[in-house]
Amino acid sequence: MAHEHKLAIFRGTLKFKNNIQKIWGVLIFLTLVTAVEVVLGIYKPEFLIETTFIRMKLLNWIFIILTIVKAYYITWDFMHMRDEVKGLRRAVVWTGIFLICYLVFILLTEGDYIFEVYNNGFQSWDF
Amino acid sequence: MDTTVTHNNSEGGTWSGGNQPLKASYGKLMMWFFIVSDALTFSGFLAAYGFSRFKFIDAWPIADEVFTHVPFVHGNFPMIYVAFMTFVLIMSSVTMVLAVDAGHHLKHKSVAFYMFLTIIGGIIFVGSQGWEWATFIKGDFGAVETKGGKILQFVDTEGNRLALADFAIEQASEREQHLGKNGIWYDKEATPTTYSIEEVKAGFAATPNALIRIQTLTEDGEKTVLSREASLAKLNKDGKQVVEGANLIHNEYGAPLFADFFFFITGFHGFHVFSGVLINIIIFFNVVLGTYERRGHYEMVEKVGLYWHFVDLVWVFVFTFFYLV
Repeated sequence: MAHEHKLAIFRGTLKFKNNIQKIWGVLIFLTLVTAVEVVLGIYKPEFLIETTFIRMKLLNWIFIILTIVKAYYITWDFMHMRDEVKGLRRAVVWTGIFLICYLVFILLTEGDYIFEVYNNGFQSWDF
Repeated sequence: MDTTVTHNNSEGGTWSGGNQPLKASYGKLMMWFFIVSDALTFSGFLAAYGFSRFKFIDAWPIADEVFTHVPFVHGNFPMIYVAFMTFVLIMSSVTMVLAVDAGHHLKHKSVAFYMFLTIIGGIIFVGSQGWEWATFIKGDFGAVETKGGKILQFVDTEGNRLALADFAIEQASEREQHLGKNGIWYDKEATPTTYSIEEVKAGFAATPNALIRIQTLTEDGEKTVLSREASLAKLNKDGKQVVEGANLIHNEYGAPLFADFFFFITGFHGFHVFSGVLINIIIFFNVVLGTYERRGHYEMVEKVGLYWHFVDLVWVFVFTFFYLV
């Protein structure tokens, strides 16, 4: 078992001297991202709420993208996915991403359809 | 014996066994298998939450109004405590990865130290989660449920929330809780609420600045407030029972499904953290007793580390979809 770690993050822009430094660096980054999320969640800038992109508020897009960014760094640096071989990386990540995207697409489409049925049907649901 | 012994004398042949294309040990690979399947389980739950939310997209509870408390402090602080919990979990992930790193350098004492910190972090997180549950179950302002299962909440003319205790008028009543021991043995009712629906109705009629807030969201994403006349009519015509706090059937914050998914998903995650703490404790004692030092490597720490980071990873998503989006 070799314990060599790849020590650069952000596609090589930020290089660390050793693994422990990298861990603290990633912690600082994750904390920053979480802080941005919390601040946005508390203040909810009007511009981000009013603008929608593919039927979702810009703010929610930001939250979801930041979450995926955090997930990437947790998996890559804390779970050492960066140091695994390509085959293992792909077996884990692609399988998960594909199945999750499929499931989310199916369920959200169906949920939206049922909302339309409730909304446009002749039956009243509010009594 | 010959039949049970594996011979690794097939060097060179790619398909003749004995080589490790993924360059990872059996144990770590199995942990990755488990993580992938567990990730799919959690995504199933979160996607089901999304499904139910899309189904009632125009009337879903606003998380900022539900989770507003911080222990030992009074006031309205949406998100602060859950952000703290997120930080605790990320921090315990860091101590875990430091333990793994110390294990690579065979530093027996620092592995034990960092494992200990990780356990503490996990315990703080589970405790916070328990507190969060208790606050959610106890409830905040109280509400009235309609015959159709919709929730009516109370506000004053400025839009500030009114608790039932602010306006309900107490009336003498001889109503007792129906327990299984009196009356029909297989039939019983839940703990009675502090105020009855009649008391709330009377109090509401006598408080001129009280209005009703229904679940439907306005264009700005806020709850719709009815006019005084509409409020009185709605409460008297449709009001069925008082709801205080949340459980699997009634939920004063809005759709009962919200509470169901909250209990189920954060509960399942909390259970993962809890078992993670237990496994961490076992590994911690093994480290202290020197089991891995004698074995010559700390791979067990690495494996439990993978699990622990995964629990953190799931929380990042739960945090987003329950508290932010």
